Amino acid sequence: MTDEELKIILVELNPSVTFDEGGEWLTINIESSQWKLLSELLRRDARLCFDYLFCLTCIDWKTHLTMVYHLSSTSFRHNIVLKINLDRVQPEIETVSNIWRTAEFHEREVYELFGVNFLNHPDLRLLILPDGWEGKNPLRKDFEDPINMIKL
Amino acid sequence: MWSLSKIANTIHEWLRTTFNSTLATILEMVLAGVAVISLFAILGLVLVIMERKVSAWMQIRLGPNRVGPKGMLQSLADTVKLLVKEGLTPNGADKFLFNLAPFIAMMVAMLLMAPIAFAKDFQLWDLNIGVLYISAVSSIMVISILMAGWSSNNKYSLMGAMRSGAQIVSYELSAGLSILSIVVLTGSLQVSEIIQSQSNGWWIFKGHIPAIISFVIFMIAVTAETNRAPFDLAEAESELTAGFHTEYSGMKFALFFLAEYVNVFIVCAIGATVFLGGWMPFHIGSWEGFNHLMDFIPSSIWFFGKTFFLIFLIMWFRWSFPRLRIDQLLNLEWKYLLPISMVNLLLMTAIAILGWYF
Amino acid sequence: MVETIGNTTEGSMIINVGPQHPATHGVLHLVITLNGETIQKVEPHLGYIHRSIEKMCESLTYRQFIYVTSRMDYLSAHINNHACALCVEKGMQIEVPARAQYIRVIMDELTRIASHELWWGAMAMDLGAFTPFFHAFRERESINDIMEETCGARLTMNYMVPGGVMQDIHPAFQQKVKAFMQLFKRKFHEYNEMVTGNIIFQNRMKNVGVLSAEDAISYGCSGPAARGSGVSCDIRKIHPYEIYNTLEFEEILETGGDSFSRYMVRLNEMHQSIKIIEQLIDNIPEGDFQAKTKAVLKLPKGEFYQRVETARGELGVYIVSEGGTTPYRIKFRSPGFSNLSVLDHIARGSKLGDLVAMMGTLDLVIPDIDR
Repeated sequence: MTDEELKIILVELNPSVTFDEGGEWLTINIESSQWKLLSELLRRDARLCFDYLFCLTCIDWKTHLTMVYHLSSTSFRHNIVLKINLDRVQPEIETVSNIWRTAEFHEREVYELFGVNFLNHPDLRLLILPDGWEGKNPLRKDFEDPINMIKL
Repeated sequence: MWSLSKIANTIHEWLRTTFNSTLATILEMVLAGVAVISLFAILGLVLVIMERKVSAWMQIRLGPNRVGPKGMLQSLADTVKLLVKEGLTPNGADKFLFNLAPFIAMMVAMLLMAPIAFAKDFQLWDLNIGVLYISAVSSIMVISILMAGWSSNNKYSLMGAMRSGAQIVSYELSAGLSILSIVVLTGSLQVSEIIQSQSNGWWIFKGHIPAIISFVIFMIAVTAETNRAPFDLAEAESELTAGFHTEYSGMKFALFFLAEYVNVFIVCAIGATVFLGGWMPFHIGSWEGFNHLMDFIPSSIWFFGKTFFLIFLIMWFRWSFPRLRIDQLLNLEWKYLLPISMVNLLLMTAIAILGWYF
Repeated sequence: MVETIGNTTEGSMIINVGPQHPATHGVLHLVITLNGETIQKVEPHLGYIHRSIEKMCESLTYRQFIYVTSRMDYLSAHINNHACALCVEKGMQIEVPARAQYIRVIMDELTRIASHELWWGAMAMDLGAFTPFFHAFRERESINDIMEETCGARLTMNYMVPGGVMQDIHPAFQQKVKAFMQLFKRKFHEYNEMVTGNIIFQNRMKNVGVLSAEDAISYGCSGPAARGSGVSCDIRKIHPYEIYNTLEFEEILETGGDSFSRYMVRLNEMHQSIKIIEQLIDNIPEGDFQAKTKAVLKLPKGEFYQRVETARGELGVYIVSEGGTTPYRIKFRSPGFSNLSVLDHIARGSKLGDLVAMMGTLDLVIPDIDR
């Protein structure tokens, strides 16, 4: 399916989506409030069938955080990139681990490294960081480590 | 001609003529004890270096080659290392049982040495229930393993001990039944009589197919009984790190290690005695000339040759097979080996009654 | 976590496998809830070798950061470097000379064979057979020798740079690779005789750790772990990079979904890699081994994503650039991380001994998971 066709279906599913041009794949921006609804549609819709979440990450833009989801369909082989801007002070977003099981680990990683709170996540605990690690989120841009060198 | 029994008799006569009979008996007992302990130590050293060389040969590498000529003194160096190492006892362990377990393991191995005929007329104790004694005493081994696993206060040890308990108890049945099938033919439990009955050919050749089946089952069962791969679930290092001896170190670990190797030697010696004629040279029925020629090879060489051949077989298993899973292990015993050996025993009884063996 | 260790709930026992345990091939820490020998739950704890490579890369230039990625999945270091180089080239639109492309693909496939060799030996060792490990290393050593001659290193090669490869191949390279392929073909039957055909091995592997195709996709599995369940996910086929679209090779698919299927996929993949190398080794074109690039690389503002197929599955490199000399944010989507997440799902209800076999067939490399 071409990007244009995908655009038409996506707008049909959720009129509030906006598109970014220029990337390798079609990039979609949506509001975090719409995410729960749209994510289920993306997985269920027979024309889209985005069943493979191959990357889930977050970017710290100093003013806000952006969640990035890379989705692919194993039957139609089309890809999209979803971006959701989050508040930097209190980032919260609905989990997708019930739709794509791989998100469970990826979201735990983002939770500890960026401090994004995933609502309704089944097991939101620290995965990589040691027990008792509090507050500081290592992959945020303002993270300072007085002991280990992180900047050259 | 040189032979072990002549040396033993010379010492015996010298002691009898030099001292009074009580002192001579005590001295003989001491000598026998010293002999068993030194055999124990030598076997440990030899078998460890043999295992390492065999495994190296199978794994296309050199193996130990630094200490002594061709690395032959490597296990001696290892022993020295283990001797000077600190023997730790974990804090939460049951100290008495923890320290007792390796000694029980070693004691069992030593007791099993008694009825084995190392050469013609060279045996510590030729008791009339020899084979029964062996199977009875060897089952005490499981107690030491359970003791070690339980008292270590370590979950890996506990699981290893439980696995090994289930395993040894089950496989003893098959081992016992397969020995029994030869006892049926011989009509005696005495080790010397079992060997004597093979003077015109070993039981594995004389006893038709049932004897071969028994031999195969016996080898499988004793491999399991001694916790060797592919049945080394008790110390499955990729699952349980080291199983029941995870917490042992230094000399206490060495005793377990030694007991394992000596047990391998003993079960192979029993297999050689029961199926391959023990010290009895290779005889074929009434070929007098051939039999006479074979008698020129000393009986001790026959015995150790056969035993080490079986040990090599067991080592070969270890270095080529993957490990079984616990349920597969028990299935193999209870669903296959045990029924087969029971039917085999019936067959053997029929053969013995009808006199179909040679 | 600390409180739960050692406490037992009704009838179950919790044991810690790792971080120092022979079966975990590294510092993976699994908290396993057992009922007797049966697994009720497997809970991975990561981070023992976490170096925060993603954070580190944010302060390294586009030339420098590639060297760090060799330390991620150290068994397919070439392919990691390759992914990064491709991503930078994509951003800067650098044309890579044909010679460099050929060399890169040959190196990738050699790495894949070396990685699968190590996996095969370790897999057999997990199941208690030691000997195959040494036999696998015999062949792997000759690959390492080839690598050492050409790249100067045996494990962390750092051979791929943006625009091509760092040095031209060693004069004896082609001859050595052919000799290796001869050796591999001559010895391969030993693999089947020693391990694949063994009845104990087959019983340990078949119908163990069954993963359905739907679950494999949902858990984000990739590489042989997913192809063993019949999911077609070879990036070399579905998103070809370099010259893979001109090459003739099969994507190995097995439908069983059990440990044995995953095992067979890897075993047969080695043959496909040999097939690829055979097509290339005699046809390496003459020319430059590296494109002319500026001394300081600057990626234009934007986002670049590159997917490649490593020995373990799909590696994604996601670079967010602000137009400077260093990446603003880098994300490595490592195959092991997603493959590990499926372990709990497939291990439940099986025996402790099977867990080791499953971890073996998922081919977990811990630095790749932790990054």
